[in-house]
Amino acid sequence: MISMRSEGRAMGAVISRNFSLIRRYLGWEVVFAFYNAVNALTIALIGLAEPGPGQGRRVLYLAIGALLWNFLSVLFFEISNSVMWERWEGTIEYSFMAPVRRVTYLLGVCAYAVVYGLARTLVVLLGIFLLFHLPLGQADLTAALLVLAAASLPFIGLGLLGAIMPMLSAERGAQATQVIQGVILLVSGIYYPITVLPHWLQVLAWFSPATYTLTSVRAAVLDGASVGAVLPTVFGLLGAGIVLVPIGIWAFHIAERYALRTGKLKRNG
Amino acid sequence: MLAIECVDVFKSFRPERESLLGRKKPKVAALQDISFTMPESECLGILGPNGSGKSTLIRLICTLLLPDRGELKVFGRDVVKAPQEVRRLIHRVSVEASFFKKLSAQENLDYAAGLYGLSRGAARSRAQEILERLGLPRAKYRAPLEEMSRGQQQKVAIARALLTSPTLLLLDEPTTGLDPRSRRDVQQFIEEIRHDYGASIVLCTHDMQEAQRLCDRVAVLRDGRFIALDTPTELAVRHGGGGGLEGAFLALTGEDPHEEEEMNA
Repeated sequence: MISMRSEGRAMGAVISRNFSLIRRYLGWEVVFAFYNAVNALTIALIGLAEPGPGQGRRVLYLAIGALLWNFLSVLFFEISNSVMWERWEGTIEYSFMAPVRRVTYLLGVCAYAVVYGLARTLVVLLGIFLLFHLPLGQADLTAALLVLAAASLPFIGLGLLGAIMPMLSAERGAQATQVIQGVILLVSGIYYPITVLPHWLQVLAWFSPATYTLTSVRAAVLDGASVGAVLPTVFGLLGAGIVLVPIGIWAFHIAERYALRTGKLKRNG
Repeated sequence: MLAIECVDVFKSFRPERESLLGRKKPKVAALQDISFTMPESECLGILGPNGSGKSTLIRLICTLLLPDRGELKVFGRDVVKAPQEVRRLIHRVSVEASFFKKLSAQENLDYAAGLYGLSRGAARSRAQEILERLGLPRAKYRAPLEEMSRGQQQKVAIARALLTSPTLLLLDEPTTGLDPRSRRDVQQFIEEIRHDYGASIVLCTHDMQEAQRLCDRVAVLRDGRFIALDTPTELAVRHGGGGGLEGAFLALTGEDPHEEEEMNA
């Protein structure tokens, strides 16, 4: 009981620390949110390039991709950034020296990243609603949100894999996580159907949780697929998360052992 | 009970390659067959030139490094087999006060206390008590760490370590670079926590007076090996040649401790 309370406090401390850091960089947060909104709007505008009856649907198709990609990018960045920041400041030695289970620490980092990612995506969504008249009449937003919530779990697993790199290299590690992001962007059909990919890349798309997330979110928003219709995807994503999160935690543990063996955690001295 | 039991501990590091295709460099021994015991409530000083292995030894004790071989126990708990148990007993203050520099002292201490499962209210009142005792102005609690002097940051680092009431406190050059008043405040505080709580302390320092004043025994480390371990008085008598502990250090290591401290400051 006491241990559970301690772990809960530790997780809360990680979340609270990250939000405190946001408060200190509030001006920059506005800049980043503005950039995200402009980026998503630019992509959605491509849908207007070709006039015709399917214009609204095209804009919505691209906007969904832009929104999900925004969420994924922020989630990935924030998970790896939390570790990178600790490496830069040298605080990682103090965090890892504390008697808190690593999984608690990492869940704190991930919980913050999900909440923050959703907040940033909401800002982008507002921008899209302000600029476009989107045909949402038949959309089942509950089904779409359910898919997105389930998708957070496998994305957290991938984020944990990405967090390994800044732990091993403060200088280059965070940029290296963009490799994972780049592959997901390429193969998951964020802005185009995966059928346009060469066959061997389509094989990779089958392994990306983002592929299924996008297909189902688009089905819910564009074609009104119900909660019942997206449930198989929801369960599939949860299943992927149940596999990927432990893999992420295990890989982080292996990387931490490597860092403890080679002295990679230290910044000075 | 023994606070630390260290048997034949060896630790080496492989220097980074100059490039991806560069030749793999041979491993360099940082600590070589270190063996010692430290009784509970003792203050053990560790002296040694830069790069002699002091910080490596501290990191091994506080579970931030894994030894290549040997056995290291803290209050009977093995640092490799039971790191979580060891972590509940220890805390560390290092020469560089590592903090989230944009956050205030209070925010940093809230985070540290949370990681140890302490309630925010209890931690804040304890932190306030420690910081007041160390002479940190109350107005500074809410200021970002980046706006504090090095001495003030070091005081916050000491508060962070003591918040958790560690049974074993690892102090890695806690007074290096501090002005004389701050140095005296910190040294007095170390004496107080020894007296009041009976804490066991490992103190790495380049300050011979500090070692003389605070330490029950002093180990001298050179090239990763303990070359002497005794009381400061005994070391001074045996090796000092009339120059006290500083004379002993010079004789044993061939290094000038004042130069070492200037390099670190």
